[in-house]
Amino acid sequence: MIEIDALTKIYGETRAVDAVSMTVETSSITAIVGTSGSGKTTLLRMVNRLVEPSSGEVRINGERTADMAPYKLRRRIGYAIQGHGLFPHHSVGRNIGAVPRLLGWSKKDIRARVDELLELFGMEPDAFRDRFPHELSGGQQQRVGVARALASRPDLMLMDEPFGALDPIIRARAQEDLRRIQRQLGSTIMLVTHDMDEAIRLGDRVAVMDGGKLVQYAPPEEIVSRPASDFVAEMVGDNERPIRLLALIPVADAMEEGNAEGPAVAATASLRDALAMGLWSARDALPVERDGEVVGRVTMDAIRARAERPE
Amino acid sequence: MTSWPGLVLRGVILALVVALVTVPEAFRPVFAPVAPTPQQAIYTRTSILSLAMSHLALVAIACAAATIVAVTLAIAVSRPGGAAFRPLSRTIANVGQTFPPVAVLALAVPALGFGSGPTLVALFLYGLLPVFENAMTAFATLPKTTLDAARGMGLTRAQRLWQVELPLALPVILTGVRLSVVISLGTATIGSTVAASTLGEVIIAGLLTNNTAFVLQGGLIVGLFAVLIYDAFVLLEVWLARRTGRATTR
Ligand SMILES: Nc1ncnc2c1ncn2[C@@H]1O[C@H](COP(=O)(O)OP(=O)(O)O)[C@@H](O)[C@H]1O
Ligand SMILES: [Mg+2]
Repeated sequence: MIEIDALTKIYGETRAVDAVSMTVETSSITAIVGTSGSGKTTLLRMVNRLVEPSSGEVRINGERTADMAPYKLRRRIGYAIQGHGLFPHHSVGRNIGAVPRLLGWSKKDIRARVDELLELFGMEPDAFRDRFPHELSGGQQQRVGVARALASRPDLMLMDEPFGALDPIIRARAQEDLRRIQRQLGSTIMLVTHDMDEAIRLGDRVAVMDGGKLVQYAPPEEIVSRPASDFVAEMVGDNERPIRLLALIPVADAMEEGNAEGPAVAATASLRDALAMGLWSARDALPVERDGEVVGRVTMDAIRARAERPE
Repeated sequence: MTSWPGLVLRGVILALVVALVTVPEAFRPVFAPVAPTPQQAIYTRTSILSLAMSHLALVAIACAAATIVAVTLAIAVSRPGGAAFRPLSRTIANVGQTFPPVAVLALAVPALGFGSGPTLVALFLYGLLPVFENAMTAFATLPKTTLDAARGMGLTRAQRLWQVELPLALPVILTGVRLSVVISLGTATIGSTVAASTLGEVIIAGLLTNNTAFVLQGGLIVGLFAVLIYDAFVLLEVWLARRTGRATTR
């Protein structure tokens, strides 16, 4: 558990981060979202003390970070940034093994971990281990950057717009990969983004920043359905709100008994997917399947009910 | 770069310079047409080999010292705390360069006496600026995200310097060392006016006795050394730059 307690950073006249308090649960993703200059990067960098707080403190599993030597603290915290920051003069394997090497792991353990991570990110170890970063595509470089941050099984992983430099298709894949790998490893992640879509898609909780202040910290459903301020509402986008809400709800949640005509929608798909299918094929209800068997149906009325403004 | 004609040309130049230095007598027919008498076609007062070796040694020692000092200085002023000294150190290095070499020799002789000492000082001073300027550029243009990631991963200051900054700066620093070596190879010839043993001795003997053969002989060897060493540095820089995926710097 990461506790951030009244954390503040003042640059001259600017309160870059203004008394932010929040708790990040172990094995969850917290997405920090806000416009440019809202203090996201500064907040993140105070956690691993790349920026020293003006006041307030951070505790990791109860330990005050202010009491640790910065370089030792940083070795316990993964760090991945936009533009990856790989070492151009080191092979992929050496890049990924960098922190384990700092921590004194054996060569054998480092090699095993490098191969495990390359596999996890869908990169054949024998083909990629000895390549240099400039011999990779942008998406591959980014994956190596994230793999490097995960290598020592850190208590916490900080990611600052890690997918910011990727084109939309590769970006969507990178987000899916991250979600899958985070679930698999149980990592604790704080991720900064300026993209509300990304925050809603990836975050177990979303922290919205505005002018250095934390204006709302809640699960994505709540951010979408009950924005705490006009600013948050604007970030979410009025027109997209019902669709965003539907995208967060699995079909299974709105399923009922009964039959329907035509091709089925998966129980694990989102209501947004179901809505799209229903509209496209002009049906009032769709069969729902799980593991290839029809288990019920979902009606357009039920979907509409879930998209309405909560009272 | 490493094409067949290139390799052959390098081999020929290397063989030529080795022959000029080890068996100068073999070139008597070549230089005889420009010598006052055939007997004076080849410089024989001192062994060319020993002059060449001592010439190269002076250059190597002076440039090594200049590189160590200039890179250390560049590291110091490229740290956050050293920023205030950046303009000053640039000025000093530049002023050092505008001092004529002969003046440096003249000033150093009273302090260090005749021989290699004053020459080493002059070469050292002239070697500083190119290395310093290049090292400053190298440290100022390191990829920001890489440095940030290195700090964020928990590398200590020393680890960042040795494992990240220096290796990444190396190709650009080497360009400075190359310039400094080539300048020194030429400047070292003047050292023989204050009794340093360098290939300048051959050239100056030629100038004093109106013997074009000596001037050509000494000049040719120095020139070929410069070509070969310049070329070796370029190859090394290109290889390093390619390994780190940077565009080749020349
Ligand atoms: N090193 C610094 N010195 C002065 N001001 C800074 C510094 N870093 C950030 N700021 C200011 O703090 C505010 C927040 O910056 P930042 O955390 O980078 O925002 P974000 O990552 O949300 O775009 C901005 O107004 C920025 O200009
Ligand atoms: Mg930022």
